[in-house]
Amino acid sequence: MKTEAYRGQKKKKSFFWHMKKNWQLYVLLAPTIIYLLLFNYLPIVGVQIAFRDYTAIGGIWNSKWVGLKHFAKFFSSIQFGTLLGNTIKISVYSLLWGFPMPIILAIMLNECGSARLKKGVQMLTYAPHFISTVVLVSMLNLFLDVDTGIINKIIELFGGTASNLIGNEKAFRTIYIASGIWQGCGWSSIIYIAALAGVDSQLYEAAKIDGANRLQKVWYIDLPSILPTILTLFILDCGNILNVGYEKVYLMQNTLNQSVSEVISTYVYKLGLLGGQFSYTTAIGLFNSVVNIIVLAMVNQISKKVNEVSLF
Amino acid sequence: MKMKQTAGDRIFNIVVNVVIILAGIVALYPLLFVLSASISDPNAVNRGELWLLPIGLRWDGYVEVFKNSWILKGYANSLYYTIIGTLLNVVCTVAAGYALSRKDLYGRKVWNWYIAIPMWINGGLIPTYLVVNSMKLVNTPVVLLIMGLVSSYNIIICRTYMSSLPYELQEAAKIDGCSDFQILLRIVLPVSAPIIAVLSLYYAVGHWNNYFTAMIYVNNKDWQPLQVFLREFLLLNQTVDVDSGMELEDMIRQTELARSMKYSLIVIASVPMLIAYPFVQKFFIKGVMVGSVKG
Repeated sequence: MKTEAYRGQKKKKSFFWHMKKNWQLYVLLAPTIIYLLLFNYLPIVGVQIAFRDYTAIGGIWNSKWVGLKHFAKFFSSIQFGTLLGNTIKISVYSLLWGFPMPIILAIMLNECGSARLKKGVQMLTYAPHFISTVVLVSMLNLFLDVDTGIINKIIELFGGTASNLIGNEKAFRTIYIASGIWQGCGWSSIIYIAALAGVDSQLYEAAKIDGANRLQKVWYIDLPSILPTILTLFILDCGNILNVGYEKVYLMQNTLNQSVSEVISTYVYKLGLLGGQFSYTTAIGLFNSVVNIIVLAMVNQISKKVNEVSLF
Repeated sequence: MKMKQTAGDRIFNIVVNVVIILAGIVALYPLLFVLSASISDPNAVNRGELWLLPIGLRWDGYVEVFKNSWILKGYANSLYYTIIGTLLNVVCTVAAGYALSRKDLYGRKVWNWYIAIPMWINGGLIPTYLVVNSMKLVNTPVVLLIMGLVSSYNIIICRTYMSSLPYELQEAAKIDGCSDFQILLRIVLPVSAPIIAVLSLYYAVGHWNNYFTAMIYVNNKDWQPLQVFLREFLLLNQTVDVDSGMELEDMIRQTELARSMKYSLIVIASVPMLIAYPFVQKFFIKGVMVGSVKG
């Protein structure tokens, strides 16, 4: 009895006792706590202007409440369908084409017999990741130029006719996705290569004894081994389904391809920051985030049921 | 350990090798093309004669780039933001990562959530802008150093790495009277080179390549980083100053120069990161692997 009472006492150490013991760790943690508070949590509180009519005088706290007015306006606006459609198309197609590529590359690299070749190719495929979006889009403009671009020269070489691909709305998504794969495939493959390196080598030996060929090894050992990694990353990507990176889309936009390249985030930037419609665009942004979170939760739930892999 | 290969396996091998060699070529070719084009005769490039090797060595593009005071200014600014910014990033991230790796941290669970939530939920562009604006940070160079001071993902990578280090040593040091600061500096940091290298690279690339923060928060040209000037020159085509009194010949020469200048500019802008990364490359796998471990 006595010891229990003592234990109970020991558990309830005061807040100050902990602070005194841990103060140095809290000093280390402080910049992060303060930064996230100011630049992340405070803006989250600021999202309330989606339900107000923001004015410079009223600010975040004292502008007039208007309820769901801005949401209603967005849902009934003519841009709503186009924006949502463009955003979903760009992101779903990017996912469909872009997601399997790093997995295939990683498996190929893993199966490559020569360590030297593997290292060299890894080194080369990482390189495009380090190029800035501005430079990438400039390269696209130079390569796809109607008169002088190398891509058009190649098209002509094969008997096609050169065209203004940068201004072609039909080519926009293809260019966006293909350049994205060029830039990101190698870098994204690292995580799979790391996962493949962790596969138990006994499995391979057992398969060898059982007479499995190389393709069967990939199919029955490699893929199942990295499946949890694949699913985790897939869930994460699905949670960004409406987060089309606006940096690149914005830079690739021109008057000719606007009908397919205007996405939610670029619209928010233009109408909000450049056009000053703070409350309306915050509402659009909030809609965007809510959809993302719902999709994330749904895919997570499905994955949990089917494969027992989940984020939370 | 080489065993006899079947015909199927041999074909498999060939396919694998061909595909990854192709992948390497596809990754490298555009970069090499830009490099070649930057030192080639612009006319040859425009006529589509350039395929891989430079034609008629010319340095005009580079000379022109270095004559441009805005680009030099942007370059200097970007170096400043990248070096100071990355330093701040890494110090704060490592400090937080270490604190969270300590199992005896009071309220550890709460702070883990506090740091993880921003990965999923944020205020979005406009509310963030309004908050930054209310702190009087808009149109100051400070905002370019502070924005993205710590990334939750990087803190988690760092925390995971540091929790994987043997804890006994730290406990022994503690018993010997070491303070938490001393443990971090003398015991943990010396064995954390891989994670620090990876974090530095992540943050440095982010700073060097960032144009959006500057575009949103900074108007003053004197403080703009290189990427903003790049956008003006490369994408908005503000290189050619066509005077009304200019001879046609001069105008053509100007346009040509502008084109080869674009290639040179791309090379000059991308070189710092491309040079830096082979040095850190050996740490990549380790860094990413740590990040992929859950928890």
